[in-house]
Amino acid sequence: MREKLIEKGLLLVALSALGSLLLIALFIFVEGVPLIVKVGIKNFVASTHWAPTKGSFGILPMIIGSVQVTLLALVLGGGLGIAVTMFLAEFAPRWSVAILKPMIELLAGIPSVVYGFIGVMVLVPWIRRSFGGPGFSILAAGIVLGIMILPTVIAISLDALRAVPLSYKEGSLALGATRWQTLYRVMLRAAKSGVIASLILAMGRAIGETMAVIMVAGNALLISASPLAPVRTLTSNIALEMGYAAGDHQKALFATGIVLFVIVALLNTIAILTMRERK
Amino acid sequence: MTCRALIIQRLVWFGLALLTFLTLLVLFFIIGYISAKGAPVITPEFLFSLPVRMGKEGGILPTIIVTLYIALLAIVVATPFGVGTAVYLTEYSRESALTRIIRFGADALAGVPSIIFGLFGFILFVIRLKMGWSILAGGLTLAMMVLPTIIRTSEEAIRAIPYQFREVSYSLGGTKSQTVWRVVLPNALPGILTGVILSLGRSVAETAAVIFTAGSTLRLPRTILDPGRTMAVHFYILAREGLSMERAYGTAFLLIIVILLINAFSYLLMFRLTRRLK
Repeated sequence: MREKLIEKGLLLVALSALGSLLLIALFIFVEGVPLIVKVGIKNFVASTHWAPTKGSFGILPMIIGSVQVTLLALVLGGGLGIAVTMFLAEFAPRWSVAILKPMIELLAGIPSVVYGFIGVMVLVPWIRRSFGGPGFSILAAGIVLGIMILPTVIAISLDALRAVPLSYKEGSLALGATRWQTLYRVMLRAAKSGVIASLILAMGRAIGETMAVIMVAGNALLISASPLAPVRTLTSNIALEMGYAAGDHQKALFATGIVLFVIVALLNTIAILTMRERK
Repeated sequence: MTCRALIIQRLVWFGLALLTFLTLLVLFFIIGYISAKGAPVITPEFLFSLPVRMGKEGGILPTIIVTLYIALLAIVVATPFGVGTAVYLTEYSRESALTRIIRFGADALAGVPSIIFGLFGFILFVIRLKMGWSILAGGLTLAMMVLPTIIRTSEEAIRAIPYQFREVSYSLGGTKSQTVWRVVLPNALPGILTGVILSLGRSVAETAAVIFTAGSTLRLPRTILDPGRTMAVHFYILAREGLSMERAYGTAFLLIIVILLINAFSYLLMFRLTRRLK
């Protein structure tokens, strides 16, 4: 009897994470949906005019900004991350991996405000000097985010590469392929879904990152194809204006949060399902 | 042909090694840069005196205390839920649709951006539950944020315990809850602690979720119902408003050192644990 009670109690506790997730979704939606309904979904996500104190709530520039910054981060951080993963998985001596991997994971522990700060002090002036423009830019945000997603990309894709059965590798080497040919043509292909999952998860990280982006992206409300242009993302829009927003303006920030939440939820669900399929 | 393939392999090796080196260089640069500019700022006065003129002068004592309060509150609240979830998943259930949904919930919660946690904590704890900007609201928000980390590490730690340990307990007439409490949890403790310590590090580093729930008051808090400014938030405000670059570097240095120590400690713990089980 007592044991049954404990089991029931633990089940309730076990539902805490799922419950938190649902609670977060509920509150963000309850706060934000009325505003989206009021201005119309089309005016909200497809209009470029954001003047929240005057009743204009178009977040298209921020959506495009978030996508630009995230894609750049993915190209830079994803490429570098996979290169490092390949080195650690096949070429680096065993003893060095035991040191290198925890060191790379340390990158994940550095606070995002510190990344932003270094970006402002070092990266932004460098971009301004070398390429012109204000320095605060899509490029600066993309580089900073690219570095920030490295630990995610490396940890998960390394796991995927290591999960490839040894026989694949042995078979390829026995046929006379070099280690690089084996890695590139056999192992990477076998680990493809895990590597892709790591990239999707990293995308979720990048699009949700706030403090580092606010500090280096310039936060201007414009749409530009130039990587040197300043840009405002969905996350920075929320964080910049939350401090003083009230009424419909505040609701619009929650509505911005809904768009962000939906994008991240989609990305994460795809990544989680991809990883689960492998197991 | 084979010769060409080997030359390509050499080139690839060189290229990949270079890129790995570059990645480490970024890490060292960040730590070195902040240390070089921040370490000289750290003095006893800086650590143990109150800030003057919004932090332009004086020390950062209140932010250290608030950081400690919030991070401890977060793990004190999150640990029972995280470990309980892990115990349920490992000891009290078989793989089923339910456990898959529970795991999905934890994984998905781990991916929610911190700014969303900030919005949520603001509307639920600060506004609806009328806690106001407070250490309590900040700590509860962070507790939800670190919950998935604690669940995942605890689950791994518990799974690593050989089944025989449990059989011995059962054969001596132990009930399930006795087995969990006296055999499983004590053996999994180092692993569980790793997750808790990592969560402590994440709580100390967090900014976006804290700034809208705990506020940014620079006073010394008396109770956890008072608002407060953490080190990370203080650093952000100092740097962004250009109040005092010197103090910004000092705060960043302290922040990084604390987090590196916390992470190094958790690695050591995990390293010793995996060695023992081998």
